[in-house]
Amino acid sequence: MAQPATDKAADIDGVKGTATIPLLRTENLVLHYRTERGAVRAVDGIDLTLAAGEAMVILGESGCGKSSLTKALLRMLPRNVAAFSGSVWFEGRDIMTLDEETFRREVRWVGISMVMQAAMNALNPVVRVGDQVAEPLRVHRGWSRARALEKAAETFALVGLPADFLTRYPFEMSGGMRQRAVLAMALVTDPRLVILDEPTSALDVLTQANIMNVLKRIKAELGTSFILITHDVATSSELANRVALMYGGQLVEVADAAHFFRTPSHPYSELLMASVPRLRDTHEPVHIPGQPPNLLDLPAGCRFADRCPKRFARCAEPPPQTFDAAGNMSRCWLADPAHGSGAR
Amino acid sequence: MNVQASVTQAGAREVVLSAEDLHTWFELKRWGMLRIGHVRAVDGVDFALERGETVAFVGESGCGKSSLARTLLGLHKPTRGRVIFEGQDLGALDAAGWRAHRARVGYVQQDPYGALAPFMDVRRILAEPLIVNGVNDAAERDRRIRAALEEVRLLPVEEFLGKFPHMLSGGQQQRVVIARALILAPTLVIADEPVSMLDASVRVEILRLLRDLQRARNLTLAFITHDLSTVRYFAERIFVMYAGRIIEQASVDALLDTPLHPYTRALLAAIPDPDPDNATHYKEIPGGEPPSLLSPPPGCRFHPRCPVAIAGRCEREDPPETTLADGHRVACWLHVGGEGA
Repeated sequence: MAQPATDKAADIDGVKGTATIPLLRTENLVLHYRTERGAVRAVDGIDLTLAAGEAMVILGESGCGKSSLTKALLRMLPRNVAAFSGSVWFEGRDIMTLDEETFRREVRWVGISMVMQAAMNALNPVVRVGDQVAEPLRVHRGWSRARALEKAAETFALVGLPADFLTRYPFEMSGGMRQRAVLAMALVTDPRLVILDEPTSALDVLTQANIMNVLKRIKAELGTSFILITHDVATSSELANRVALMYGGQLVEVADAAHFFRTPSHPYSELLMASVPRLRDTHEPVHIPGQPPNLLDLPAGCRFADRCPKRFARCAEPPPQTFDAAGNMSRCWLADPAHGSGAR
Repeated sequence: MNVQASVTQAGAREVVLSAEDLHTWFELKRWGMLRIGHVRAVDGVDFALERGETVAFVGESGCGKSSLARTLLGLHKPTRGRVIFEGQDLGALDAAGWRAHRARVGYVQQDPYGALAPFMDVRRILAEPLIVNGVNDAAERDRRIRAALEEVRLLPVEEFLGKFPHMLSGGQQQRVVIARALILAPTLVIADEPVSMLDASVRVEILRLLRDLQRARNLTLAFITHDLSTVRYFAERIFVMYAGRIIEQASVDALLDTPLHPYTRALLAAIPDPDPDNATHYKEIPGGEPPSLLSPPPGCRFHPRCPVAIAGRCEREDPPETTLADGHRVACWLHVGGEGA
């Protein structure tokens, strides 16, 4: 197994290495949208494995399909779906085959919950925050209002909100407090997995750091697993055990956090890491030339090839996913064993 | 990149813009008539910018940095104090004086799409400031528009002239905004969060463009930003704002390497570099929120959140600004009576 950088990571990798069933596994997950100009291949064959207690970061630039991936996982689909296929196993159960009612009752918000992008601005302005946080329990579990509010109060304490905030309205709270409230709404049903879509990107740095502390504590104390969707590489390192980098609807690298942040494998990962401005380093960030590919018209070969400084003839064909001995994946011809001496 | 000299030897370069005891308050009314107080967005700010200098005003949302930018641009009238630009007190300008002032100060907005009129093509967007400022010769306007597009590297120029904002990427839109800010050859450019709406991979490119333009034209460039991680590369001096005031100012290296104010320290501690070790420990970050600008706390405005507040002093008296030997200034009781005081 991987050489983990921390004891914590060691535990988690230990879990993954045994025969234990992963918490979440997807195989060839596809979600395409139908538009006037053709199919948008937002999620185009995603294989992911998440162990219990693990936090996986899904990194990517805007338009790479990372938010669509969460929609596919929670089956929150828009009307213009052109294709939705593949397999998703949650706790060993194939949830793609469940009917909508079973999925709603047993998976969505009960097993897997979510903090949507900018959710803190989507709270109902005329309902007290406590009632909004308690709502998932009433809808998905059928609890009484009193019982649900009691649980909501417990969850408030967990995310660092004072109990008297239960009776407040969203406009009486700051952005950081509202973000804690939507986090409470995701945690109130004790889900095993919480998907966070850009949970801190609209917040100030101190608030952001405080929210990341809350997430770390929940992960350590409750063992909740997280999928964190973000474009913010530096902040993502606050929570990540593993990192999956998405590009043009596909994953191009999936690796242990220490491997990804220190010695990334894929040329896109290398450039992305070099493009991050660092406070404690005087090395000027690099700029990645070119544009991400259009999901309407994806190249036939490697989707990063036209921006890649290391491209060669082979890149005209689509590269397979190549795994190293530690289980890290790179979708690049340079990592392919057949590449011979150039293998990295 | 770091120009120490500009910080230490005031007077070595000409002062372009200065603010003296600047206050910008907004009156708050209920039901349109009942006065319930003032939002003290800018509440006693003093600084001087020298020609050819790049500075960054850094702070969290609601600290007053954008109100300060808008006051410097003349979009808000100061409640008290003065702004002096190239020797001219802005408070004494008449309408014609204001028009001339706005030609000498460029403004790069945060949201490029919102800053560009959707019904105008790039040619028209760039012609607008020229027309307003009396460049009546169409051939001359065309020449300057093309030169401006070349300068911001929207090439080939011909291809971009007829495009509308929605046909451009975010980075290209921001280049148009920059071209418009520079087309009247200003001496000062104020950029309010110029890259916060852009994708990470485009940000560096736009910041580098601004830096190249600043050097080529010897502009005075003031960034308003909440992002401390990029300022090391693109500014010489930093002003840290908190609750309407500047609480610390220093050269970039001095501020990032030896921050003095507890708030600056917290801000720096909160910003992560991408490092897997971050996930293994909690950050020591003061809780709480910045104070209401309607009724800021007495004494030091950071004292309710400050981990090292001195009881009996910080909550009572406003800390004076202390200047240290290297031009590093801080408003904190911990540093009063220190070296240089």
